[in-house]
Amino acid sequence: MRHAAALRLSRLAEPLVEAIIRLCGWSAIFFVFAIFFFVFREGAPMLFGALDLGEFFTSVNWRPDSRIQAQYGVLALLAGTASVTALAMLLSVPAGLGAAIFVSEFCPPRVRETLKIVIELLAAIPSVVWGFIGYMVLNPVLIAVTGAPIGINILNGGIILALMSVPIIMSVGEDALKAVPDTYREAAIALGASRWQVVYKVLLPAAKNGLLAAALLGIGRSVGETMAVLMATGHAVQIPHSLLDPVRTLTATIAAELGETVEGGDHYRVLFVIGTLLMLMAFLVNLTADLVVKGVRGKQNG
Amino acid sequence: MARDAATTTGPGAGDAIGRFAAGPVERRKALVERLVAWLLGSLTVLLVLPLIAILATLVAKAWPVLSWAFITQNPQTYMTAGGIWAPLIGTFYLVFISLAVAAPIGVLAGVYLNEYAGENWTTRLVTLAVVNLAGVPSIVHALFGVGAFVLFAGIGRSVLAASLTLAVMTLPVIITSTKEALAAVPQSFREACWNMGASRWQTIRTIVLPNATSGILTGVILQVSRAAGETAPILFTGAVFYVAVPDRGLASFFPYGLFDRCMALSYHLFTISTQVTGVSEALQYGTAVVLIGLVISVNLASISLRVYLRSRKRW
Repeated sequence: MRHAAALRLSRLAEPLVEAIIRLCGWSAIFFVFAIFFFVFREGAPMLFGALDLGEFFTSVNWRPDSRIQAQYGVLALLAGTASVTALAMLLSVPAGLGAAIFVSEFCPPRVRETLKIVIELLAAIPSVVWGFIGYMVLNPVLIAVTGAPIGINILNGGIILALMSVPIIMSVGEDALKAVPDTYREAAIALGASRWQVVYKVLLPAAKNGLLAAALLGIGRSVGETMAVLMATGHAVQIPHSLLDPVRTLTATIAAELGETVEGGDHYRVLFVIGTLLMLMAFLVNLTADLVVKGVRGKQNG
Repeated sequence: MARDAATTTGPGAGDAIGRFAAGPVERRKALVERLVAWLLGSLTVLLVLPLIAILATLVAKAWPVLSWAFITQNPQTYMTAGGIWAPLIGTFYLVFISLAVAAPIGVLAGVYLNEYAGENWTTRLVTLAVVNLAGVPSIVHALFGVGAFVLFAGIGRSVLAASLTLAVMTLPVIITSTKEALAAVPQSFREACWNMGASRWQTIRTIVLPNATSGILTGVILQVSRAAGETAPILFTGAVFYVAVPDRGLASFFPYGLFDRCMALSYHLFTISTQVTGVSEALQYGTAVVLIGLVISVNLASISLRVYLRSRKRW
């Protein structure tokens, strides 16, 4: 009897449990929209109000505190983000993909497991610690090596960001290589190809999209990184002319200035507009990466 | 050369060897292969070396302050002396509260994606949302936390607002790893259970989840490491420069209320290395070492759990 009652109860509870699970499943969609909504909401009055979008995107003058005429031009900040990201990608894409090829195709299994664990730990280091490393360790090294007056600059930020993006580029790249069917490798080896020829002539063309997605995710990571660039790239709002110039990125600007703004003021709202811009950039990168990967899968299944 | 000899002259002892010896093309191929393997290998080592070098530097410079007292004492005299107790306990608060929020939602979302969702556009949308949620820059999460929790919900800058922000940020980690852990449970387990007349939820509760516990746990542990290290999302939602808290007795373990602001280890590292003057290098490096040690040991726990799991898996 008791058993039957318990059974009935569980049958009754089942739809409820299922509803909760569905709700949790959809929560990710909810949160993405909520993030967009709330960030946009704080920025909107300025976006549709006093903000001159032409000036916003084309002016290098970021003078939010000016008493006479506050100016909100993010071109220099965009240049800062672009320069640091570009340098980071220049270093980390070849390194990350090279390491992915090594781990996936050349490395004995035991070494592979160890390397993957080390790379995983590299990925786990918090961004504020990376920033600290750039600020305290790399800074004097760069001054000594390059002779620059300050070592907190594009070069420093680029190196730190490269080290931070390598793990993601490597792991996504390795997945892409692993997704190439073994029959491809076997066919190439049967024709007498060496392992490098297999990689160069067969795997790279076959995994091209996945590798591209790896690079894209690396870019997304670098553009969105905050604490490391805040500490390692310096604070000069300017269009850089050399690798040794300090710059300020979009993310670092929000982190550095939001604490000092008046809630609901123009400056405060402009920072949220920058946040919206950053989010759109991240979405674009992620969606592209996703579509690129999905494109591959569709083709391979079909 | 060898090939020419083999085709032009008749069979002989020397030719039999020559026929199978590597010709110039093969030799070049092998050379290139060795070169490439060596190059890529050293490149990979070059990526691993910084980790070791950096850790060694950090520990060496932090050595003078590393002691039990450093951990159990509060920062003193404008944070230029003393230890890291207040920020450390703040980090624990943030981690546990964000975990308490993110773990149930994340695990159930993983269950939904692997067990309930079909091949349709809603599933595609959820997956896409998870990917995008994971890709939102951390500073944008901070802005979201300010807009949604601090202002809209009226919680104010507090432990709760910061934890909720961290929870939203780390949700994708738990969802993804739960989904993977569930997908690793063989379909035949479920089918056997269904054949006994169990409902979908009963099957999940009694068969699928218990068999995926360790896999889910590794994801949860990764969430902890992520939440402990993040700085940007808590900058404007609850972390504070300095709070005086007791560092002795039972009260030292419960210094913050849900609606108080708290110190956090990651933010503390940022402030004492860039904002406060007169902090000794050893103190800065010591804080960095404790933070990195915390995060890495949590990650190592997750990794060893995974390795252990793989070794005893029987299906």
